[in-house]
Amino acid sequence: MKVVVCIKQVPDTKGGVKFNPDGTLDRGAMLAIMNPDDKAGLEAALRLKDEYGAEVTVLTMGLPKATDVLREAMAMGADKGVLVTDRVLGGADTWATSTTIAGALRNLEYDLIITGRQAIDGDTAQVGPQIAEHLGLPVISYAQEIKIDGDKVIVKRQYDDRYHMLEAKMPCLITALSELNEPRYMTPGGIFDACAAEITTWGRADLKDVEDGNLGLNGSPTKIAKASDKVRKGAGEKVAPDSPEEAVAYIVGKLDEKHLI
Amino acid sequence: MDFALSKEHEMARQLFKDFAEKEVKPLAQEVDEQHRFPRETVDKMAKYGFLGIPVPKEYGGQGCDILTYAMCVEELSKVCGTTGVIVSAHTSLCVDPIMTFGTEEQKQKYAVPLAKGEKLGAFGLTEPGAGTDAQGQQTKAVLDGDEWILNGSKCFITNGKEADVYVIFAVTGKIEKRGKMMKEISAFIVEKGTPGFTFGTKENKMGICGSSTYELIFTDCRIPKENLLGKQGKGFNIAMHTLDGGRIGIAAQALGLAAGALETTINYVKERKQFGKAIGAFQNTQFQLADMATKVEAARMLVYKAARAKDQYQKDGKSSYSVEAAMAKLYAAEVAMEVTTKAVQLHGGYGYIKEYDVERMMRDAKITEIYEGTSEVQRMVISANILK
Repeated sequence: MKVVVCIKQVPDTKGGVKFNPDGTLDRGAMLAIMNPDDKAGLEAALRLKDEYGAEVTVLTMGLPKATDVLREAMAMGADKGVLVTDRVLGGADTWATSTTIAGALRNLEYDLIITGRQAIDGDTAQVGPQIAEHLGLPVISYAQEIKIDGDKVIVKRQYDDRYHMLEAKMPCLITALSELNEPRYMTPGGIFDACAAEITTWGRADLKDVEDGNLGLNGSPTKIAKASDKVRKGAGEKVAPDSPEEAVAYIVGKLDEKHLI
Repeated sequence: MDFALSKEHEMARQLFKDFAEKEVKPLAQEVDEQHRFPRETVDKMAKYGFLGIPVPKEYGGQGCDILTYAMCVEELSKVCGTTGVIVSAHTSLCVDPIMTFGTEEQKQKYAVPLAKGEKLGAFGLTEPGAGTDAQGQQTKAVLDGDEWILNGSKCFITNGKEADVYVIFAVTGKIEKRGKMMKEISAFIVEKGTPGFTFGTKENKMGICGSSTYELIFTDCRIPKENLLGKQGKGFNIAMHTLDGGRIGIAAQALGLAAGALETTINYVKERKQFGKAIGAFQNTQFQLADMATKVEAARMLVYKAARAKDQYQKDGKSSYSVEAAMAKLYAAEVAMEVTTKAVQLHGGYGYIKEYDVERMMRDAKITEIYEGTSEVQRMVISANILK
């Protein structure tokens, strides 16, 4: 079984997002990390490696510095790393990015492609499903649990208020949530091996079945007019009343307390 | 001469730092107050290979260098001195002598499960009458057919009751050296559960309270003949070689304690206000912190240099790292004591309260000037080398 995990190096937004005066992200002022949803996807793939002996390849598109996240993934247990980098690919929006990554994936064998749900820098959640569309694969988003049954994958898809159990025939693409699991740490020996390992590097010429007009800034229909930090949602509150009556009383009490009713 | 860390070492430091912050720091206060051995942390460290960092992969280790191991002990000790010494005693004092002096069978039987973290190691040299003076040993080993019979006791043994494999030193006879009769000392590997091997008092210590420090008692304890480690009569050399390496681990622990106290204090002085401004705005605080930071950095250079010297020794088997290790331990331990004491002072009354980490760090730091060779012993090692 072969699994490809698409990962992205993103600025760490834990301490808030920093912008340049022109409204674009000041990436130099923030630490670079592996996107949390992607890391959960990687952990899911590594568990498939532990359980089924899957071969795990990590793929990223970005500047040469993005090899850092490939090495981190390999130090966690991924077998191979592929970096897609080329000046002509810079400034890509989700369409150009997914076109590029699909072009790279056409060179690889896979049963399963796993991507994060969304990246914490762009927050679009579009690239994963778009890759599936380019490659003509079924897609299951928001995965919280992944199981393999023969040539099928069974996925628990998590929504805010419910979940779906879905089954798809492989090859297919899954987008993972950071809530999916607790990613493992690297190992010291894994780090030394990863730093000694060769990373496959592909440029524009290595992309299969893609047109120049769909790549990079020129191939991006989306233009960013302005960027802003996201409004953070509160953690919420979970209560477990003993009866529906108590639950109603609690909710009404809360609404009353906030002068909403 | 290059002071920059390699990519591997930068990544390893980040790994140890993340692990220490998420897995070790939350338990540090509880482990200290309850004098509880953090078994759950040891299990997690085993899972991620922290108990076999400098051991070659073919022996179940991580195949990394001594510098990586020292950085691991440093980062763990930044948040918990107890956890730092568990790794140090296991790796430097038990795995290292077995890997260095053991037969292939001993390496396979003992070093492999120790490096994988399936077993924990300890080292027994000190006795009530033999600390700095290793010749004062009373524990005896007598060969009886295919077995050695051990009788005696060891005290202040780190990982004491929690370990599975012990490197133990005992007197096996007398030899004449430069016209004087000396005790012949040999090293042995003893497994927990061997009949005649029991535990005595658990020490109630000032610091590193989660570390399991016990007396080991041997009463007609029979171990197989093949558990002699190295050659008969070479125990003193094995002990000294082992302690040279151990000092790098303890120096790293001391460095971590100092660096952890410094970091904690930097954060504190930015928040604590007196006379309407943060105490970090006062020049006394700034000067104290400048001195602390400079000494921590100097200690780091000595510790890393000693680690590098041992790495070189592992490669060529010739170069000595004894003086580098002694200098690193001497300086880092004294810096740990000084910096943690200043950290408590800069915290004022809060620094004397157990809820504040610096209180524990100051108590933990003291032992680094004492165990695995007191600061006075380090001075003897260094001066003997420069005057020879």
